[in-house]
Amino acid sequence: MELHLKSDTSELEPIRKGFGLGLAEAGKTNPNIVAVCADLTESTNMHFFAQSFPNRFIEVGVAEQNLATVGAGLAGVGKIPFISSYAAFSPGRNWEQIRTTICLNDRPVKIAGSHAGVSVGPDGATHQMLEDIVLMRALPNMVVLAPCDSVEAAKATKAMVADKRPNYIRLAREATPVITTKMTPFEVGPAYIFRGGRDVSLVATGTMTYQALEAAKLLIKHGISAEVIHVPTIKPLDGKTILASAAKTQHVVTCEEGQINGGLGGAVAELLGENLPTAMLRIGMRDRFGESGEPEELLKHFGLDASHIALTARHFLSNHTGHKH
Amino acid sequence: MGGAKKYSLESLEVKANLIREDIIRMLETAGSGHSAGPLGLADIFTALYFHILKHDPKKPDWDERDILILSNGHCVPVRYAAMAHAGYFPRAELLTLRKLGSRLQGHPERLRLPGLETTSGPLGSGLSQAVGMALGLKMDKSKRWVYCAMSDGEHDEGNLWEAVMLAGKYRLNNLIGIIDRNNIQIDGPTEEVMPLEDLRTKYEAFGWHALEIDGNDIEAVIDACEMAKAIEDRPVVIIARTVPGKGVDFMEYDFHWHGKPPDHQEAKKALHELRTLGGKIRSEHQS
Repeated sequence: MELHLKSDTSELEPIRKGFGLGLAEAGKTNPNIVAVCADLTESTNMHFFAQSFPNRFIEVGVAEQNLATVGAGLAGVGKIPFISSYAAFSPGRNWEQIRTTICLNDRPVKIAGSHAGVSVGPDGATHQMLEDIVLMRALPNMVVLAPCDSVEAAKATKAMVADKRPNYIRLAREATPVITTKMTPFEVGPAYIFRGGRDVSLVATGTMTYQALEAAKLLIKHGISAEVIHVPTIKPLDGKTILASAAKTQHVVTCEEGQINGGLGGAVAELLGENLPTAMLRIGMRDRFGESGEPEELLKHFGLDASHIALTARHFLSNHTGHKH
Repeated sequence: MGGAKKYSLESLEVKANLIREDIIRMLETAGSGHSAGPLGLADIFTALYFHILKHDPKKPDWDERDILILSNGHCVPVRYAAMAHAGYFPRAELLTLRKLGSRLQGHPERLRLPGLETTSGPLGSGLSQAVGMALGLKMDKSKRWVYCAMSDGEHDEGNLWEAVMLAGKYRLNNLIGIIDRNNIQIDGPTEEVMPLEDLRTKYEAFGWHALEIDGNDIEAVIDACEMAKAIEDRPVVIIARTVPGKGVDFMEYDFHWHGKPPDHQEAKKALHELRTLGGKIRSEHQS
């Protein structure tokens, strides 16, 4: 499969912007799309849709429980509601409403959680959502998406319109490198091998996919060939692609900007544990909260940048293979 | 029904009593569930299913039907009984309530039983779903009405007031809330657990029109809904004062009956009382 990834990754754009533009574009062709926001219209980039389709935009105020349940009601009369806030509040505050009125009730509500991960920056731990992946992947019927850049976020948003299930999409605040192009394939479900390798599988999602790709470039200098698997759909997880890679490399490292317990790391550990026990290491937030700081500083501080991923992967491999890298 | 008003007031009162009898049988057979609320709501649900709602039991997904949301899902036995009497499914199925494999779950699940509009039970989130539906229907310029039955106790929930505020903001004149004002909740009288009054003034302050009625008077329920439909510039709440456990002397007004079913002897006593209308008539089926 030709991936059409960018070789020059100097262009920066926030993932949330891809969501906002994708939603506004989808609104042009699908009159059933309705956008609902909880007083963060510009922050979540829903303003692009709101400006184009004011009659299909609902402002509920700072009320995330209502955000989810109003969404469930709109879906009940045939609308395709996108509901947005910061991930810390939606799905952070309204989990039970999502569980009962969206998942058990099986309504195709599209939940956009912006400002996920520590790269939110100076706002600090209260606003750096780290548990959204685990909260959402625990729910039956829910699909969990975490695009790697703004271009993929726009595609994912359009794919959510067509998907009949409840969906959650994880978005980040900070401008991050654009690594995919309009030609890069995207579907809900598959994981994509962004870089082939044979010694270790770096399984990454969201903003961490770029860091994993950069880590792979550093690892090659140490004679390590890393395969980078981008997982934009965390649930349902593409077990086939990950297991095939694990069988080949025998070493798996997961990378995410969230809690490793129950997050992507948890999901991959469950997959491997049941199907192909493989040496693995989870990179992410290790049972702790974030703090204030600049996004780049925070990624370094918590060991989530490319150089830390490369270093951690080298230690992991030398511990397991006995070879010094 | 399709809006056809074919029942006399007297026959509706008889229907409400039959629904109460079925509620007692269902709860006794289930061995768990809530007694007081469903009995208190029997008149309101009879009025809704046999007079007020535009609906068709043969076409539960009819796209012109009025929507009835039951927010306080624990009172669903009254809805199941009313639906069975209206012809949505056989009355015999009522006795499967809360049993493994039943379509009649302990709290209502939309995916299991055609004719339910939502899945509910966790309190305080029915009204906001009703608001979402009302907003969506207004976008489509639909003439369908959205009714939302709520308990008084669930007004402790913040989510509910978020919905009250939003309905006021968008002046949802296609939305009618009905509060089962029976003054009890699990831990005791509402005004001791968490005072709600002045409920009417609170709703009015949020931009709603409020009506207060005797919720065990079927005619009053019908009149209030007609009146509510005539209010054109805002949502309407009907605060329906009901007697918890209505129709069964030893359950009436006693909050201990909020969350438990009658045992065999209690059910027998309750059914006798319902059949004889509290001794006013001689039962045809005395046993």
